[in-house]
Amino acid sequence: MSSETKQILTTDGIPLEISLKKAERKNKIKAFLLVAPLLLFLIITYIFPIGEMFTRSIDDKMITNMLPKTFKSMETWDGKELPPEEVFASFLSDFKILVEKKEHGKLAQRLNKEKNGFNTITKKLFRQVKRNKIDETQGIKEQIMKVHKRWRNVEYWQAIKRTAPPYTSAKYLKAMDMYLNEDNKITQVSEDRRIHRILWLRTVEVAFFVTVFCFLMGYPIAHLLATLPMKYSNLLMICVLLPFWTSLLVRTASWMILLQQQGVVNDFFVMIGLVADDNRPEMMYNKVGTYVAMTQILLPFMVLPLYSVMKTISPSLMRAGKSLGGTPFVAFWKVYFPLTIPGIGAGCLLVFILAIGYYITPALVGGASGTLISNQIAYHMKTTLDWSFASAMGLMLLGGVLVIYWLYNKLVGVDNIKLG
Amino acid sequence: MSKNTEFVKFDKVDKSYDGKVLVVKDLNLNISEGEFITMLGPSGSGKTTCLMMLAGFETPTNGEIYLDSNPISNIPPHKRGIGMVFQNYALFPHMTVYENLAFPLRVRKVQKDEIDKKVDKALSMVSLSGFESRMPAQLSGGQQQRVAVARALVFDPAVVLMDEPLGALDKNLRESMQYEIKHIHENIGVTVVYVTHDQGEALTMSNRIAVFNDGKVQQLSSPDKLYEEPVNSFVAEFIGENNTFGGEVTDISKDVCKVKLQNGEILANPISVNSKGDKTTVSIRPERALINPKDKMDNNQTGKIEEVIYHGDHTRVRLDLLGNKEFILKIPNSSNELDLKLGNEIKVGWNSQDARALDPK
Repeated sequence: MSSETKQILTTDGIPLEISLKKAERKNKIKAFLLVAPLLLFLIITYIFPIGEMFTRSIDDKMITNMLPKTFKSMETWDGKELPPEEVFASFLSDFKILVEKKEHGKLAQRLNKEKNGFNTITKKLFRQVKRNKIDETQGIKEQIMKVHKRWRNVEYWQAIKRTAPPYTSAKYLKAMDMYLNEDNKITQVSEDRRIHRILWLRTVEVAFFVTVFCFLMGYPIAHLLATLPMKYSNLLMICVLLPFWTSLLVRTASWMILLQQQGVVNDFFVMIGLVADDNRPEMMYNKVGTYVAMTQILLPFMVLPLYSVMKTISPSLMRAGKSLGGTPFVAFWKVYFPLTIPGIGAGCLLVFILAIGYYITPALVGGASGTLISNQIAYHMKTTLDWSFASAMGLMLLGGVLVIYWLYNKLVGVDNIKLG
Repeated sequence: MSKNTEFVKFDKVDKSYDGKVLVVKDLNLNISEGEFITMLGPSGSGKTTCLMMLAGFETPTNGEIYLDSNPISNIPPHKRGIGMVFQNYALFPHMTVYENLAFPLRVRKVQKDEIDKKVDKALSMVSLSGFESRMPAQLSGGQQQRVAVARALVFDPAVVLMDEPLGALDKNLRESMQYEIKHIHENIGVTVVYVTHDQGEALTMSNRIAVFNDGKVQQLSSPDKLYEEPVNSFVAEFIGENNTFGGEVTDISKDVCKVKLQNGEILANPISVNSKGDKTTVSIRPERALINPKDKMDNNQTGKIEEVIYHGDHTRVRLDLLGNKEFILKIPNSSNELDLKLGNEIKVGWNSQDARALDPK
């Protein structure tokens, strides 16, 4: 026999590797076709919308398309003093087209976002243009500057120039209470207007504490579920799952009934003399309400992964720990607890990620001090219609979740997760 | 040093889980120091419950258990200092072999170098030196089993309990582990209480065997006595093979009685029959009945061969004898060329001493 590694052939003389591939190709195609609908579904319902969200959040093409000539002529302008005549001229011609298309309002709105005060002066300019007061044969610069004194202010022209690029990071900066100033430097907004950063911090804080509360309450429940005899544990399981089967809105509403100042809990406190009738504590429309309601609602997400892990831990392990001389606490801490870590990881990750994007509950019971970043997103989606800003915040939330996931993977390892 | 014959003592212990059925009834059992005692019985006979009461995971409903003359019913399991090997080993899956063995020492606050020494010694005792850093999942069943034994012994407990420790192993491994555990016991002289439902295991390993049935100890004696001299028909039936005849005592003297069967009459050794007219079950071990006996036997009968089964080292022959169609004979393979054909009639004889007249079934 030769010592060289020979290519192994099948009995028909085809190389074994090729023959194996051929035999497996059919199965591979079959497997791919089976998952293909899911893949398609994921692309259509998840990857595509997220991509769309991303482009929307950085998209600034609208104004770029509205003022093409202006931006073209502004390219040579250094932006230090008032722009030259030709910039004014091209701005006017762009503006006239917009007036014809009745899109000048949109322009005013967009520019006003960049710098306050554009609304008024654009309206004034519109009136002048509508009445044909501006003579295009004479110095356009002079005439526009006469419309309003702000047209004479270089800062407003600088603001227009800043909107030139088709993409902007302004929405992301705004979500962090920052903006690009005249010199293109990232600047903080004045202190009294910083609302988003508070919301981000509060969101993380609420999500963190809700996770902690869920863990503290869920761990004993899961342990009971896993160790009680079947007939009791089934009943307990139904108690855990019952909230799951009730509408989220109904559950939140029932918390409102319980927690309000004239509510059941306060009535009870007054009845047992814990608080005076005229001094009922506020337990709703603040963080307390958010904590209580969210903990109750998210509890099953903690209990179920914990339960599924605890179910697999043989009771003889605890017994072994005790028989070897460990006190019940040592046996629990050294033997039982480490074995439940995969469940703890899964439960905490699940609850935290769900809590960080929670929306209805804080909106209903949170009040002013209990609203979270998702309420802000919803507000911009529905009220201000600033979808790009909402998209930016949504993506930041998604990014935050991915960072947490990555951290978790580094610290605990995702392979350790057990969801059931 | 005289050995304490009441090192572990069950004193009138009753146990009930639901207040209706007694799982253990009036158990009185003394275990002497350094003894290897096996609790043997079918499942549901109360043997594991006894073990759990001794370990402290169940409390006796009535009665008291003494360990070295101290009542232990109120001592929690972790203070009893009893080592235990569990049915499925119960090794801590997140700890290495070393950590598993060090666990009982660490909770006792033993010094680090002392721990190392003891773990080393325990591992070499079960011939697993060098496996310290393995995880339990990386070990075979037999190795896991040895680690479990080593862990139960590493902190020098006075008593070690073993709850069907070999149940999950295959036959060959089980046999070699039986010898190994027996040797460990002989070497370190620890008191072992062993629970099993496998009579072979019980017979090879134990100093004494307590046969459990229906919550009661049916017989407590050494393996040979248990096999040769069962005191009732349950033990006779449960331990080893057994041929039985049901009948009625027609005549009785000091060490022989006449038993009338459905179609015949035999002489038997009266164990639990006292007077004429008693119903009885006569039990004969298959190897005590001989084919074509050369010596004179008290009982000589003729049976018809119903079945011949080849077993390698011996051949089993099923006879129709005195109306019992399940009469088994064991014939060693070395024996001469007998004419073992179906339907043949052969002569079978046994001594009255080996036919034990026990309580009726």
